Amino acid sequence: MRKIFVIAIVIISGLAWVPQEKKQTKPASQTQTKPKPQPAQQNTLAAAKQRGKTGYETYCLACHQPDGAGIPRMNPPLIKTTYVLGDKKKLIGIVLNGLSAGVEIDGETYSNPMPAQDFLKDQEIADLLTYVRNSFGNKASMVTVNDVKGVRAAKK
Amino acid sequence: MQILKTAAQLLIAGIICFSAYAGDTTGVQASKKIIPDADNGGLKLTQGFSAIVVAENLGRVRHIVVNSNGDLYAKLERLRDGKGIVRLRDTNGDGKADDSSKFGDFIGTGIAIKNGYLYASSNEDVYRYKLNDKNEVADAANPERIVKGLWNKKQHEAKAITLDDAGNLYVNIGAPSNCCQVKDRTKGSPGQDPCPILDSAGGIWQFKADKLDQSYAEGIRYATGLRNVVGLDWNSASNDLYVTQHGRDMLFQFYPEMFDVKEGAESPAEEMFRVKKGADCGWPYCYFDNGKQAKLLNPEYGGDRSKVDRCAGKEKSIVQFPGHIAPNDLLFYTGNQFPAKYKNGAFIAFHGSWNRSPEPQAGYFLVFVPFNSDGMPSGKWEIFADGFAGENINKAKYRPCGLAQGPDGSLYVSDDNNGKIWRITYPGK
Repeated sequence: MRKIFVIAIVIISGLAWVPQEKKQTKPASQTQTKPKPQPAQQNTLAAAKQRGKTGYETYCLACHQPDGAGIPRMNPPLIKTTYVLGDKKKLIGIVLNGLSAGVEIDGETYSNPMPAQDFLKDQEIADLLTYVRNSFGNKASMVTVNDVKGVRAAKK
Repeated sequence: MQILKTAAQLLIAGIICFSAYAGDTTGVQASKKIIPDADNGGLKLTQGFSAIVVAENLGRVRHIVVNSNGDLYAKLERLRDGKGIVRLRDTNGDGKADDSSKFGDFIGTGIAIKNGYLYASSNEDVYRYKLNDKNEVADAANPERIVKGLWNKKQHEAKAITLDDAGNLYVNIGAPSNCCQVKDRTKGSPGQDPCPILDSAGGIWQFKADKLDQSYAEGIRYATGLRNVVGLDWNSASNDLYVTQHGRDMLFQFYPEMFDVKEGAESPAEEMFRVKKGADCGWPYCYFDNGKQAKLLNPEYGGDRSKVDRCAGKEKSIVQFPGHIAPNDLLFYTGNQFPAKYKNGAFIAFHGSWNRSPEPQAGYFLVFVPFNSDGMPSGKWEIFADGFAGENINKAKYRPCGLAQGPDGSLYVSDDNNGKIWRITYPGK
């Protein structure tokens, strides 16, 4: 298992970092590094991250930026912050409920409110949070569909 | 009359300068010329101009003002040693600040000097400090509160200020919203119509410059339909208020069927308006589309990139800039140091963008717009000073935020990322 994990990380660093920078100039590189299309339900870290990356680019990147660094005092960074790496339920809750402007995160306040992303499916949220928790230098456990289901149920 | 007034001001300034230097015992010549930094403080300047770093690492310096005696006041967005205003002084005339003090226990953005008072804003209030016969803040612990209780909902909360020559104070109250949607910044959420925010924000409010504790009831909504204005200045030559608006975000992300990535990065325009009392500049119903070069109806209100609808009757901007680059200060140059083309023209400090991603970010520069004697632009805008971002435009090192003119006509610019202040001079003269 450990071996698979390590291999996954290697593949991911190739997938997540390099193509993201070069995607526009070399669209072919992404398909090159992709070994084969992953089934949607496959729940390895690599598969979840790959799906999550697409979600990140669609729903998160505009504010949190391609490198996850956010914008100082405006949009919070996703790199090694307690919000991202800490309690998964809290993190899922932010995606489902959004966050008000002016909330303090690790000693800094951010002026843009985050809209609720509750229109996303449980699987999509699990994948993009797994991506965020394992990209930009982050390393943390995966977020599963059941994790998201639980928080969504508690919200209702 | 204006000439007499200016002459008198120059004379007073001269006397102040002379007396300030006369009291200097460091042995430095009063006439010592400022020697600009060899690298112009890292800036790329228009040919003929030079720059010197006045101070750095001051914290989050927002707007700045320079008094007639050369003292510079900087407003901080975060307290330093418990204080929110820094006073810098250059006692030996070499251009570098060598003396400083701090006062004021509030954070904020706005700062200005008018009729013997230093005005400074928090994110809810405006205060003023009387300047004494030595032209210094007389009682730093006890400012007068001129305006109180303005909206501070954390988004677009900066209360930029300016004053006219008739005893009025103008305060920006930014809209705590992107486009007045039912759910702010949420894809698919419609625009509220009418937008209730406009009753208390999204415009410029006018107050008396010398009346204590005014709030909404005592103020006048001078101009509306302005999403967020951080740069504003009263132009004494044309006797009007000019403002620079931060346009709305997320056109590409919310409406990919209408805007591609590039179009979303380039639109809407950041706009400069000349506003008269009662002006309605169109937010949240309208935006200026840089691709179509027209003021159009926002998609949240049924716009499709061609419908003009109610926007036909809104105030037209006098200059349009690329999207999202955040004009954070505006200054009409009245000095005599710079060449004649700069006289009465507008300098604008662009804080730089965030909503152009995944396109490269942009801005982080000073722009100049020449103006004619009727108070209207007389030519295209041009980049006057660049290089603030450093090597990586997506990780800007310095972010231009404030502008001030010194008594000798030098132009000062502040950065709120590292708290650096440059003084730009024209040694050609």
